[in-house]
Amino acid sequence: MFNPDIIKPENLVYKRTSVLTDNVMHYCPGCGHGTIHRLIAEVIEEMGIQEKAICVAPVGCSVLAYNYFDVDSQGAAHGRAPAIATAIQRLYPDNHTFTYQGDGDLAAIGTAETIHACNRGENIVMIFVNNGIYGMTGGQMAPTTLIGMKTATSPYGRDVALNGHPLKITELLADLPGTYYVTRQSVQNAASVRKAKKAIRQAFENQKAKKGTSFVEVVSNCNSGWKMTPVAANKWMEENMFPFYPLGDMKVDGQKVSK
Amino acid sequence: MAKELKLMKGNEAIAEAAIRSGCDGYFGYPITPQSEVMEHLMAEKPWEKTGMVVLQAESETASINMVYGGAGAGKKVMTSSSSPGVSLMQEGMTYLAGAELPCLLVNVVRGGPGLGTIQPSQADYFQTVKGGGHGDYRLFTLAPATVQEMYDFVFLGWEMAFKYRNPVMILSDGAIGQVMEKLYVTDYTPRWTNEEIAEKCPWSTYGKPSTRKHNIITSLELEAPKQEEHNHKLQAKYAKMEEDEVRYEMVNCEDAEYVFVAYGSSARIAEKAVQLGREKGIKVGLLRPITLFPFPKKIIAELSTKVKGLLAVEMSAGQMVEDVRLAAQFRCPIEHFGRFGGVIPTPHEVLEALEEKIIKA
Repeated sequence: MFNPDIIKPENLVYKRTSVLTDNVMHYCPGCGHGTIHRLIAEVIEEMGIQEKAICVAPVGCSVLAYNYFDVDSQGAAHGRAPAIATAIQRLYPDNHTFTYQGDGDLAAIGTAETIHACNRGENIVMIFVNNGIYGMTGGQMAPTTLIGMKTATSPYGRDVALNGHPLKITELLADLPGTYYVTRQSVQNAASVRKAKKAIRQAFENQKAKKGTSFVEVVSNCNSGWKMTPVAANKWMEENMFPFYPLGDMKVDGQKVSK
Repeated sequence: MAKELKLMKGNEAIAEAAIRSGCDGYFGYPITPQSEVMEHLMAEKPWEKTGMVVLQAESETASINMVYGGAGAGKKVMTSSSSPGVSLMQEGMTYLAGAELPCLLVNVVRGGPGLGTIQPSQADYFQTVKGGGHGDYRLFTLAPATVQEMYDFVFLGWEMAFKYRNPVMILSDGAIGQVMEKLYVTDYTPRWTNEEIAEKCPWSTYGKPSTRKHNIITSLELEAPKQEEHNHKLQAKYAKMEEDEVRYEMVNCEDAEYVFVAYGSSARIAEKAVQLGREKGIKVGLLRPITLFPFPKKIIAELSTKVKGLLAVEMSAGQMVEDVRLAAQFRCPIEHFGRFGGVIPTPHEVLEALEEKIIKA
């Protein structure tokens, strides 16, 4: 039986972060976006930087991210978030401007903006959610779609001769002198969620210390686009995505991590 | 206000005005014939004088989106380019207009289409005043004819941009950008403090204090009726500009039987043609639109009932002439004369066109 007497501050072990709004999220059940949003919001709350945080939202599934983060936000044109964040952060150097982008936004249409913001070493935090598919438009091939993976625009599986190779943009960014911290994480279970949160915290701490670009890729699922149950999607991600997109830090404190 | 006399290119006047008008940020990409804007800014190092940010972006696409970011955060930000670069910026412009962000854009127009030429042109009129990006929107458009106006319109541009929460375009051309003339510059206007931004732009994303809800800058609305409502709001704003902000200049129009309608460089050439015509005994005057949107429709309608003909003089194959015809409703003969693709007409050619196309016809 529920006992209302136990609701006391000293009994509080966990609460929903106040940096998320009360709006109901539109993400599909099983999708990683909600978890990633929460981790960012928790980090912002724990660091006490809500008044300085500026979110730049992309085009794609997370186009409405600004409805969920209770921070000042801008909705970018497709792929342009790093350019927008560049200006905001340069004009408010003590703020915490961060971008939140998917693979189509960041690694296809916005590749130039991504590479140049990172190469200039803009003091921004970039969160890159890679699920290997265009979710919002209905499951088309993305720049990060794996070879052989079936999508609405690669119905027989991604064929290198026809579609080219999947782009490991995060590895590419780790090679640029402007990036200070580059890491690849995931959020499919409790252990990975804890690691991802630590990485996001590290990114915002770097920004606070004005170290340059911190880039956090989160390999995520798209159970709707992949046409799987949430559980099967996570399993497929572990078996297929992780071997091609290996998890872990690629660059820490401006130094490449040797594997 | 103390004034200081300088000799400068039109492009440099834009840059100097930016620094002196309290501009917070310039984001650009080199392109002829406007590269002196950023060159002057980089040489002047305004970040040391006023704290102004200057950044050379990786493309015009990035530049215009940097403008979006800065404008959305309540800062006075601008970019400049020339025709092919401005075409790349059209995506950003419709987002700026949709999200109602005040900012300053400069197009030092060159000959087109395509990569075209690097010489002066006015063939970007349609793109600018009809909305080169998608959707129903308008840019408040100023057309300078002198280096002094390149300078002055930066100040006027900020005023209009923030008064209407709308992007402002300074539509110049390669001649005004490159020509050196004397100009008077004013004292430095201080940049707005963050407190002033919070007061003047309460909608902007400068960082959410605990005392208010979060601000969101976007042009997205998923519900069609709400988007229609937003469009009505934009249209009402544009109608107010048409009512209150029309600017033009008239030269020798009091007794004129014929009137040239011309803006920017063409207006200066047409002004000389007025002088040549008067010397020949032709009663000709000049109407120079200063705002291209809002367009001086009323005065053109008035003139059309008084004169024997209007000649639109443009460095294009005939763009503004369509708006002259709409305003004049064909109450008098209306013709067009233009040289284009980077060719500048002579005053004699302009006068001859008036004689051939209107007076003798």
